[in-house]
Amino acid sequence: MTALVEVNNLSKAFGGVHAVESVSFSVDAGQVYSVIGPNGAGKTTLFNLITGLYTPTSGEVKLHGESIAKLLPNQLAERGMCRTFQQMQICMNMTAIENVMLGRHLTLKSNLLTTLFRLPALTRGEKAAREKAAELMEFVGCGEYLDTEASAMSYGALKRLEIARALAAEPKVVLLDEPAAGLNAVETAALEDLIRKIAEQGITVMLVEHDMKLVMGISDRLLVLNYGRVLAEGTPEQIRANPDVIAAYLGG
Amino acid sequence: MMARLSQFRLRGLVFLAIVVFALPLFLSNPFHYGLATQIALIAGAVVGLNLLVGFAGQISLGHAGFFGLGAYFSAIMTGTYGWSAIPALVVGAVVVAIIAWVVGRPILRLKGHYLSMATLAVGFIIAIILNNEREITGGPDGMPVPPFDVFGWELSAFGQYSLFGMDISGDLAWYLFAGVVLLVAVWLAQNLIDSPIGRALRSVHGSEVAASVVGVNTAKYKSLVFVISAVYASVMGALYGHFQGFITPSVASFDFSILLITMVVLGGMGSTIGVIIGAVVLELLPQVLADFQEMEMVLFGLILMLTMIFMPKGLLPTAANFLTKRRSKSAGGDA
Repeated sequence: MTALVEVNNLSKAFGGVHAVESVSFSVDAGQVYSVIGPNGAGKTTLFNLITGLYTPTSGEVKLHGESIAKLLPNQLAERGMCRTFQQMQICMNMTAIENVMLGRHLTLKSNLLTTLFRLPALTRGEKAAREKAAELMEFVGCGEYLDTEASAMSYGALKRLEIARALAAEPKVVLLDEPAAGLNAVETAALEDLIRKIAEQGITVMLVEHDMKLVMGISDRLLVLNYGRVLAEGTPEQIRANPDVIAAYLGG
Repeated sequence: MMARLSQFRLRGLVFLAIVVFALPLFLSNPFHYGLATQIALIAGAVVGLNLLVGFAGQISLGHAGFFGLGAYFSAIMTGTYGWSAIPALVVGAVVVAIIAWVVGRPILRLKGHYLSMATLAVGFIIAIILNNEREITGGPDGMPVPPFDVFGWELSAFGQYSLFGMDISGDLAWYLFAGVVLLVAVWLAQNLIDSPIGRALRSVHGSEVAASVVGVNTAKYKSLVFVISAVYASVMGALYGHFQGFITPSVASFDFSILLITMVVLGGMGSTIGVIIGAVVLELLPQVLADFQEMEMVLFGLILMLTMIFMPKGLLPTAANFLTKRRSKSAGGDA
């Protein structure tokens, strides 16, 4: 197997605070790879560095062997990397399905002329995009909200909607930042199924999550961060048995 | 939803067309036609500004600058250099598009108040140039603009024309022309909104981060909508000049920029038909209030304040909301 995402010696400092320090790991294609750690360990900062929202202080990130540390988020989307957010980023001025259709942006080639005069090519593309978006909403389990205004949807449904939008971009790797935060036990179980189904389609999933039961159940490998540094890396069994991890989580 | 949105789009356009073509039945004198023509042309510019402000969530407090540039470009090219009106209008729009793109690229990186200040400055600079370049623009005294002409055929408010065998006055002809221009402007704007480009524009308003992680180049789309709205202003400005027959730098003034943005906010940001209502109200209000003489500005301000406090979403969205609620109540539903 080849490494899809490769992180080498990645560091990010905010003034004197080293949020992420010399972090290295690699994720193989098709894996479910989770990043865990106590609050403030630098998990979200790590995701923001990988997805181009932050520029690293030093180190590099590679996608398919190409260095991507200086690329913008939209350029990463073009290369097959998409994500969701801990603080959900939904366009509240649109309906649910329009949010997902937004995810089809890169696959919809449109120019100003076909748009302004609404030529048949545009209508066809829109119809196909809508069908695909409806299919994805069904897939993530919010199919009943198609034409609902996003602002009228529940928190749990919006979290699934955000995943549908990321999948609409047909990514090779999708990064989910705390998808289970704020969900109840039933919703979390459904989320676990959903992540499995995404992985079955051959999409690599990277996950930041606090829910240990969820993470241990679905991850192929885990990365444990503490104070911005790598504390441990390995399979769920290795992590569970690692004394450093136990100390960090339980104190001692 | 797409079906619903396109239905709505056509409904708005049909409604507007009916109003535009039925209005002459209620108008009687040249003053009324003149006012209606002026409103239609300004409303066209406001529809364009709404693409930027209402849909993409960016602000421009200097949009009259582009309106004025379009007006003066056409005035100078047709008046001083003898061009025909349509090539002058088209070349003017291209020139304004280029200026808007060059100016917009750097300033659209700014957000909120900073963007307001930068666009404000752009408007001021344009107004100052129009005021100071006396040899070309006539300075504060303004300059005359020849009538609008198409292939040697002139459209003048004082002319007499015949359309489908009917004799129509120049005022009515201008009004119908401006009305058709407004309908086309609305049709193009609504096509733009209900498309992948429109979705990308609205996503810049909704969540720039979300837009960028699914591949929307937000900087590019902000520039695009800025240019489009500037072109709208330029074209409407050019027609406005031809219609008035005389322009002064006040067409590019700060006051006029503020008036344009107020029309958008009052009518309802993101509602194409709403902002036209905003334009109608703000153009008619001074006419109605003229009877109150020195109290005019006070009443004007008061009406605006009350509208903003009690209808922050604007006239049309508030009214639509109210009607939907009443309908669902009378149907016994609680949704």
